[in-house]
Amino acid sequence: MSTTTLQPELLGELNELEPSEHGHAAPTGFIGKYVFSCDHKVIAMQYLFTGLFMAMAGGFLAYVIRHQLAFPGTKMLFHPIVNARQYNAISTMHGTIMIFWVAMPILIGAFGNFLIPLMIGADDMAFPRLNMLSYWTFLVSTIVLLASFFVPGGAAAGGWTSYPTLSVQVISSNHWGQVFWILAVALEFVSILMGGINYITTPLNMRAPGMKLFDLPVFVWMQMTATGLFMMSVGPLIAGAVLMLCDILFQTGVYMPEKGGDPLLYQHLFWFFGHPEVYVVLLPTLGIIGEVIPVFSRKHLFGYKPIVFSTIAAGLLSIVVWAHHQFVSGMDPRLAAPFSITTIIISVPFSIVIFSMIATLWGAALTFPTPMLWAVGMLAEFLIGGTTGIHNGSAASDIYVHDTYYVVGHFHYTLFPAVFYGMFCGLYYWWPKMFGRKLNETLGKIHFWGTTVFFNMTFIPMLLMGIAGHQRRVFDPRSFGYLKDMGTLHVIATYGLYGLWIYQIPFIINVFCGLFGKRMTDRNPWRASTMEWLAPSPPGHGNFEVLPECYRGPYEYSKPGAAEDFIPQWLPEETAGIARK
Amino acid sequence: MHLFSWLPESISSYGREMDSLMWLIYYVVGVWFLLAEGLVFYFIFRFRRKEGVPAAYATGRGLKAASWVIVPALLVLICDFAIDARGEAVWHHIKLEMPTPDVQVRIEARQFAWMFRHAGPDGQFNSPDDVITNGELHVPVGKVVRFELESRDVIHSLWIPNLRLKQDAVPGRMIPGWFKAEKVGKYGIGCSQICGNGHTVMGATLVVQTQSDYDQWLKK
Repeated sequence: MSTTTLQPELLGELNELEPSEHGHAAPTGFIGKYVFSCDHKVIAMQYLFTGLFMAMAGGFLAYVIRHQLAFPGTKMLFHPIVNARQYNAISTMHGTIMIFWVAMPILIGAFGNFLIPLMIGADDMAFPRLNMLSYWTFLVSTIVLLASFFVPGGAAAGGWTSYPTLSVQVISSNHWGQVFWILAVALEFVSILMGGINYITTPLNMRAPGMKLFDLPVFVWMQMTATGLFMMSVGPLIAGAVLMLCDILFQTGVYMPEKGGDPLLYQHLFWFFGHPEVYVVLLPTLGIIGEVIPVFSRKHLFGYKPIVFSTIAAGLLSIVVWAHHQFVSGMDPRLAAPFSITTIIISVPFSIVIFSMIATLWGAALTFPTPMLWAVGMLAEFLIGGTTGIHNGSAASDIYVHDTYYVVGHFHYTLFPAVFYGMFCGLYYWWPKMFGRKLNETLGKIHFWGTTVFFNMTFIPMLLMGIAGHQRRVFDPRSFGYLKDMGTLHVIATYGLYGLWIYQIPFIINVFCGLFGKRMTDRNPWRASTMEWLAPSPPGHGNFEVLPECYRGPYEYSKPGAAEDFIPQWLPEETAGIARK
Repeated sequence: MHLFSWLPESISSYGREMDSLMWLIYYVVGVWFLLAEGLVFYFIFRFRRKEGVPAAYATGRGLKAASWVIVPALLVLICDFAIDARGEAVWHHIKLEMPTPDVQVRIEARQFAWMFRHAGPDGQFNSPDDVITNGELHVPVGKVVRFELESRDVIHSLWIPNLRLKQDAVPGRMIPGWFKAEKVGKYGIGCSQICGNGHTVMGATLVVQTQSDYDQWLKK
C-alpha cells in the first residue's frame, strides 16, 4: 500500500499502523537516506542547503554590484574589476538568483516541505516520489543557471526581467547566456510546479483525523495560497519564455517588430506572472510569522479567518494588477487607471493581515527570543516596503519613480524582510525540530541586530537616490552629470552591505554549531500548540510514533480555565482538563 | 528629514502637480506608517510578560472583535480612493491630454545615444528646415513641446528628472507625448531602461532657451 492512496478511510487505517509500515519502508544506507530520498524532511533539507548556498552566491553578486557603484572601476577583494557587460550580467543574475533560487526553494521548497506534513499530522507528502523529482529538477536548474556564467559571452545580461528586444538581440552569436537563463528558469518552474502539487494536495487530503480546514495553521494556508497563485500565473510566463527561446535560436520574431512581432507582449506575459510571484514569496513568510507571533505572545492569532480570506483575496487581486509595472512602457495610457486602482486596493486585504498580526500583540505576554525578534522585525521593516509601494502603484507618481533607485529600495524593503527575515525567523524557530538542537541565542541576537541596522543602512540611501532621480542599472553613476552628488549615498549603502555581510558570520557559525552536539530531549521547547511539536526532534521516518488526532484549532493559548497557557492540537479534551463545548 | 525634499528642481508645467501628488501620498502613507509602527513598538513595551499575568484570550472571532482590523482597513480603502482620484487626474493631464503644440520634435533612441530631430519653424518633419542633433534637445521656454518617441533597436526610456518626464521608447512604435519647460537652463537626460553595455553612457542634455535664443539656434 502506498501513501499516495488518498481515501480518508485508508488514512484512518494508516493511523493504526506502526510507522515502519508507513507507505514506503524506511531507507537504509547513506545514499537512500540522504541523497535519493523520498522523505519530505530530507528533501526540505536539500532545498534548504541548496537555497542557502545560492543565497551566498546572490549575496556575493550584491557585494560586487555595490562595490562597483561606490568605487567605480577600483579593485575589490575576491573578484576582478568588472566591465559594463559583466556588471549587467551580475545584476541580472543577482535578481534571478535571489527570487527564483533563494526565495522560492527556501520559503516554499524547504519550509513548505518540512512543515506541511508535520503540521497536519501526516507521515509524508501525498506524492513522495514526485517530491523527490521536484528537488532533483531544481538541482538541475541550479546547475544550468550556474553554468551560464561560463558559456561564451557570459551570463544573461538583459536584467532579471529579460525584456526583449535586448534579450533576443544576437550580438556575435553570444546568446548562450540568455538561452541558459531561459532553460534554467523553465526547469525551476517545472520543479516548483511538481512540488506545488504536493503542497496543495497534502493538506487537502491527509489531515489528521478531526482536523478541519480551519484547524490548519495559517502557515499551511499561506503555502496553499502561494502555490495556487504560482500555478495560476506561471503558464503565460513559460509560454513567453519558450517564444523568446524560439526568437533567439530560430529567429521566429515574436518579439521583433521588424518581423511583425511586438516586444510589449513579453512584458505582459512576464508581469502576469511577475506580480503574483511577489506574493508567492511574501505569503509563506506571513505564514511563518503568523506561527511565531502567537507562540511568543501566548495569544490566539487575532482574526484567523480574516487573515486567510484576505490573503486569498489579495492573491486573486494580484492577478489583475500586472500592468502597474508598465505604466510608462508605451502601452495604451488609458489602461493605467484600472491597473492603478486594483494595485492600490490590494493595500486593503494586506492591511487586514498586518493589522491582525499587530492586534495579536495587544494584551500579550511577550517574550523576545531570537525567532520573535525576526518576526516583529519583519513586520516593522515590511511596513516600509508596503508604504513606499504606493508611490509606484499610483500611475502618475510612477512616471517619476519608475525604474529609479526608489523602486530598488522599495522592493528590497519588501523582499529582504519577506525572504531573509522570514527565513531566519523560521530557522531559529524550527531548528530544534529540524535538527534536535537549539541555535545559540546570543549569536542569534547579535545576528538580528547587526542585520537590521545594516539592512537599513544599505537601503535607505537607495530610496533617497531614487527620489533624487537616480535611474536603475547604471554601471557607473559618474557618467551622468545630474548624479554627481550621489557618490556619498552610494558609499554609505555599500558600507551598509559590507556590514550586512559581516553580521551573517554569527549566523553561519550558529548553523554549523547547530548541526553538531548533544541533542535536546524536549520536543516542544517553545511550548507551542501546533502539531509538528508532538513529533520527536528530529522526526524519524514517518514523523510520528503514532499518527495523531486533532482536537482543536492551532492557536489555543492562554485560554481561561485551562491548566496551562497552551492547549496543543493533539491533546484530547479529557486530558486537557476542560469541558467539552 | 523628508524623503521627498530630495526631489530635484521641477521645471515643467506639470511638475508641480506631480510633486504635490507625491507629497500627498507621502503624508497619507506616512501617517499610516507611523500609526502602525507606533502601535507595534507601544505593544512591544507595554505587553511584556509579567509573572502571574496571563495574556488576553482574544481570537478576533465575531464582527465586533474583527472590527478592530476591519474599520482601519476601510479607512485605508478611503485613503486609497483619495489617492486614486488625485492620481488619475494628474495622469490624465500628463499622458492623455495633448495641448496644442508650439514646437515639434522627434526623438530617436538607439544603442547608445539620443538623436533629436527638431521640426523647425514650419512644424513639419522631414523638411529642409529640420535641425538634427545628437545628444542635445533644444526647446523654447514656456512653449508646449510635442515629441514623438521612437527606438531603432531595443527598449530605451527617455528620463528627464527635472521635467518629471519618463517614457519608454519601444522599437516598432511611435509614442507621442508632451511637456512645457518653464525655466531656462541645461538639464540632464538619461536612459532609465537597461539597453545593453552602453546603458551607462546613454545621456543627453536638455537645453531650455528663451524664444529668441531658440530661434537663433534653429537658424545656425
